[in-house]
This record gives sequence, structure tokens and C-alpha cells, in this order.
Amino acid sequence: MENNKKVFYILLAPVLLWLVFLIIVPHIELLISSFKPNSGDGFTLENYSAFFADKIYWKTFINTTLYAIGVTLLAFVVSFPIAFYLTKVVSRKYASFLTLLLLIPLWIGELVTIYGWVTLLGDNGVINESLKFIGLIDKPLPLLYNNISMTIGLLYMSMLFMIVPIMTTLESLDDAMIEAASDLGASKWTIFRRIVIPHSMPGIINGSIIVFMLVIGDYVAPNILGGKSSLWFTEQIYNQFLSTFNWSQGAAFGFLLLGISSITIWMALRLSGQKLDKVGE
Amino acid sequence: MKKLTKLALAVALATSALSAQEVLRIITWKGYTPKALVDKFEKETGIKLKITYSNNEEMIAKLRATRGGGFDLAQPSQDRISFVQKKFPIYQPIDYSKVNTKQLIPSMLEAVKKNSSVDGKGYAVPMCFGTTGLVVNKKEAPDAKDWSDLWNPKYAGKISYRLKRPLLIGAAFGMGENPFALYNDKEKYKALIEKVTKKLIESKKNVKNYWTSGDTQKANMTNNGVVVESGWDGIGWQLHKQNKDIDFIAPKSGALGWIDTYAIPKKSKNVEGAYKFINFMMKPENAAFFTNKEGYGTASLGADKFYKPEIKDNFARAFSKEDLDNIKWHPPVPVGFEEIESKALERIKAAESK
Repeated sequence: MENNKKVFYILLAPVLLWLVFLIIVPHIELLISSFKPNSGDGFTLENYSAFFADKIYWKTFINTTLYAIGVTLLAFVVSFPIAFYLTKVVSRKYASFLTLLLLIPLWIGELVTIYGWVTLLGDNGVINESLKFIGLIDKPLPLLYNNISMTIGLLYMSMLFMIVPIMTTLESLDDAMIEAASDLGASKWTIFRRIVIPHSMPGIINGSIIVFMLVIGDYVAPNILGGKSSLWFTEQIYNQFLSTFNWSQGAAFGFLLLGISSITIWMALRLSGQKLDKVGE
Repeated sequence: MKKLTKLALAVALATSALSAQEVLRIITWKGYTPKALVDKFEKETGIKLKITYSNNEEMIAKLRATRGGGFDLAQPSQDRISFVQKKFPIYQPIDYSKVNTKQLIPSMLEAVKKNSSVDGKGYAVPMCFGTTGLVVNKKEAPDAKDWSDLWNPKYAGKISYRLKRPLLIGAAFGMGENPFALYNDKEKYKALIEKVTKKLIESKKNVKNYWTSGDTQKANMTNNGVVVESGWDGIGWQLHKQNKDIDFIAPKSGALGWIDTYAIPKKSKNVEGAYKFINFMMKPENAAFFTNKEGYGTASLGADKFYKPEIKDNFARAFSKEDLDNIKWHPPVPVGFEEIESKALERIKAAESK
């Protein structure tokens, strides 16, 4: 028994060390610095009031949040049929192979996949060149550097985090239930709405939280695929740290981002009637 | 348990034996440490180079985070040293007696010493210089001559620039102003930047994209159909090598001159190695190798003997006598100015293009 406890603590130690030193301590330090003036000591709310005083900051902030919500919804629309197909339609033999294919972009890393999209969508990129070759267009279509290309990038890198949780919940849905509903005369739409969706709700919420967090905090896709007007809030945080060297301001922005994502998730949970501790079951 | 300690000890010893080799950690720009020179230096001195690629902003941020540690040698631009040093001391003064100053162009050394100095001590050694101007496709845009062509509706949809402070400065020159003359008057400078911001937002609809690195700058000209963009001379000349229609030109109201330097971080662990590397890189034949490869001019005295003819060609094509005299060298940036510029740049980026 004594020995068991020892093992438990030895296994726990790295997790605790990780949590405390790599997550909690830096956050506390950032939180403290967000209440400090940029130069000198003291306590100030300036860094937070600067956010509300300047339209450019809160406007970008709201835009980013709304956009992230939009991308999350879109990710659900795209991912659900894929998840449903992989768990309920295709035979088991191919399902794991297809899931593996879905994982490939994750192995490559976000930066590389995003640059992949640049080569696909560019003016002399694969798509434009092919269209030119078959003679559909003579001038390249402006596919890159706009909100659409940015959305594609964000969707592509976050979609998998929606598919996997939904697949997990769908797998536990007994096919007999669908059959029974069908036998009792329910239409496909009713089955979908009354059985499939409610059953997979925890997975959907789980996926939405991850996707929303990933998207709102992403820097690479908006920066590389985004157009000349797609200013993302993370870019403003980056600017505070790197261009103006105002780390206190950057820290305050970081905490505002943390705050808004937490609030959005809390509201989403309330609206959908889910509880955080149920999510992922 | 004892066995485990022994093992840990053995591992620790082994790694320390490995790291006994002298190491020099450099944070620099891409292209500033050509592979051939790195190999040559390692062979000559036995010092292993560890190279991190970066830019001015990141260099400062990284060194600030470590309070001047983590790297043994850095390569900031000369105008970005003194104000940083005053605010967060991250460099140590250069001991010019350890630099082989005989192989440096005297006027450039003096200028960099002066511009990087804090309390009478210089903090940098010049390495190379270049200019920011326009990269133009001369076939498509034969009349593009000045910064103002960056908002010329004639090239709508085929214009690009990097949304960073040199753009604001260049645009101000293009509007007939002299921003450098306002470096001692913050309010007037702010008003000027305001004016420039307005202009760039108004003309945003003509811009195709904002490039972010030398690679994207190149891709714009070769793949994205851009015909006029702000750009570095070295990149423009590299493009010219592949396509004779594309070239760098010095804008009529003045190309912006920059000098990149060597500076030694405060907590450098290999100061001697840093000086060795500086003296090695500035040897005329090595400096010329860099210039022949990257196209940027060097601060090394006598390197021009080893220049390839095309390098001399580049300078001759881009700069007439007047253009050369008209280069606006970046003076040191005053404290607090970057905040004005950064906010202006964010406003431009966020603005809707009509």
C-alpha cells in the first residue's frame, strides 16, 4: 500500500511541476505585469482602459470573436457529415484508414499546411493554373489574401478537433435506435434532429470549445492567408510585445482574450443546456 | 536508487563533455551567415556556430526577455540600438580595440559608433548596408519612379508593401515631407504620421497584399502579379538575376539607407568568440563573398576588389550620383516613436478598403 502511494506521487510529480511552473506561474506573472505601467513600478488599470479607449482595439477584438464563432459553426457543418459517414456509413475496415488520412495534416504542422494553401490558391498556384489550362479563365482569380482563404486555413487546421469528439459520441449511439425510430415512422430529418443530434451533443460542444479556442488564438492562418484587412486580435498582442515593446499592454490584451473565450464558452454551454463536467463523456 | 544516481551522473558528464566544444550563439538575419563562411570559420577556429534567424523586433524582444542572455552575438540595425539600450540594457559596450578596425570603412564605423552610443560608449560594429526603395517590373510599370507610385491608381491591384515603419517613412518622403527632420518634435511627427496613415488608408483599395518577408516579397513579383512594391535592394537584385524586367530602383525622393551591425548582448558567454567572428566576417574576401551572394553592400574596406562584375552593375543601375547623395540614412529612432508608428500601422491594417 505504502509503495502504491509512492508510485502515485512519482507519477503525479511531473504533471504538477508542469502545471505549476509552465502554466500557472507564467500566467500569474503575466497577470501582475498587466497591472503594471510599461516603465517603472506601481499599480495601474491603464493597460485595460487603453483597450476600451481605442476603437481599433475593441473593434478588432469583437471582429475576431464573431469570426471565430462563425468558423466554429462552419466547422460543425463541415465536420458532422464526415463524422457521421465515418462512424455509421462506411464499413469498419475503411473507417480507421480514412480517419488516419484525416490525421495527416496534423503531423505536418500548421505552418507547413498553411503554406501548402498558399501554393494552391496563389495567382500562379495550382488551382489558377489548372483553370487557365482548361481555358475557363484567362486572368487569375483572386483566391488568396482575403477572408475566404483565411477561413479555409482556419477551418482546415481546426476541423479535426471537431470530427474526433463527434465521432466518439456517435460511436456510442446504438444503430438499433435509429432503426427503431425509422420503423415507428420517423422521417430522416426527425431522426437526425431528435436522436442523432441530442446524442452527439456532448461531442459537438466539446469540439466547438476546442475549435473556438484554437481559432480565436490562432496567429499563423490570419497572418499568412488573411487579406490586407484581416487584422486578428492575436496580431495586436504580438505587436504590443514586438513592435512597441509594451509588454504590460500585451499582457492585458492576453488576459482580455482569455476572458472573452471563457465567457463565450460559458454562454455556449448555458444556451445549449450542457454542463462542463458532462462534456466529453 | 544508487544505480540511478550513477547513471544520471554518467549522462551529465557525457553531455558536458560534448558541450566542452566552444560555441558561439548568434541571432541574425537570414542570409547573413552563408554556409560556406560558417564552415570556414568553424574549421579555422574550432568554434561551433549556433545560428538563430530573426528580425529587429524579435531580436529586441528575445534579448529583453532574457535580460541580454541566450545569445553571444546579435545583429540589430544601427538605428534600433541606442533607444533600446537606454530603456532595457541588453547589450554591452564594444571594445573597439578588439575589433580589427583597419578592415572597416572609417566613415561607416564612425557613424555607427555615434548612432549606437549611450553615455559616450558605442555599442555596435557595422556589418553591411543596403537601402529600401522600390522593386519594379519595368515592362509593366515603366513610369514607377517614386514612393508615391505605391498609391498610384494606375497600378491598382498590383501594388504591395511591407506594413512596417520604413513604409511610413518612405511614404512621408513620397509626399514631399522629411520625417527624419521631425525626430526632435514628437507632436509634429505624430501629425505627419497621421497624414501618411490617411493617405495609405485611402489608397488601400489599390494594394494587393502586404508582404512580410524577403521570400514573400520575391513571390509577389514572380507569382502574384505585383508590378510595384516597396523592397530591399538585395532582393530586387536577386530577382533581376532571374528576370531582367524586374529591378530595384532608388525612389526619386530618396531611398532609405540602413546599416546592420554586430552588437554583443550583455550576458554573452563567449565575448572573445564574438570578436573573432566579427573580425572573420569583415575580412575583405569573406565580406565580398557575402555581398556576391546576397547583394547587400558591406562595411568591409577593400572588399569591392573581390566583387563580381554584376554586383558593381547592380549599384551602377540603381544609383546615379544624385541618388547616392540622396539616400536618407535612418537616424536613431527616438524613444516612444515606435508606439505612434505601431498604432498607425494597425489602423491601416484594420481599415476597410473601399
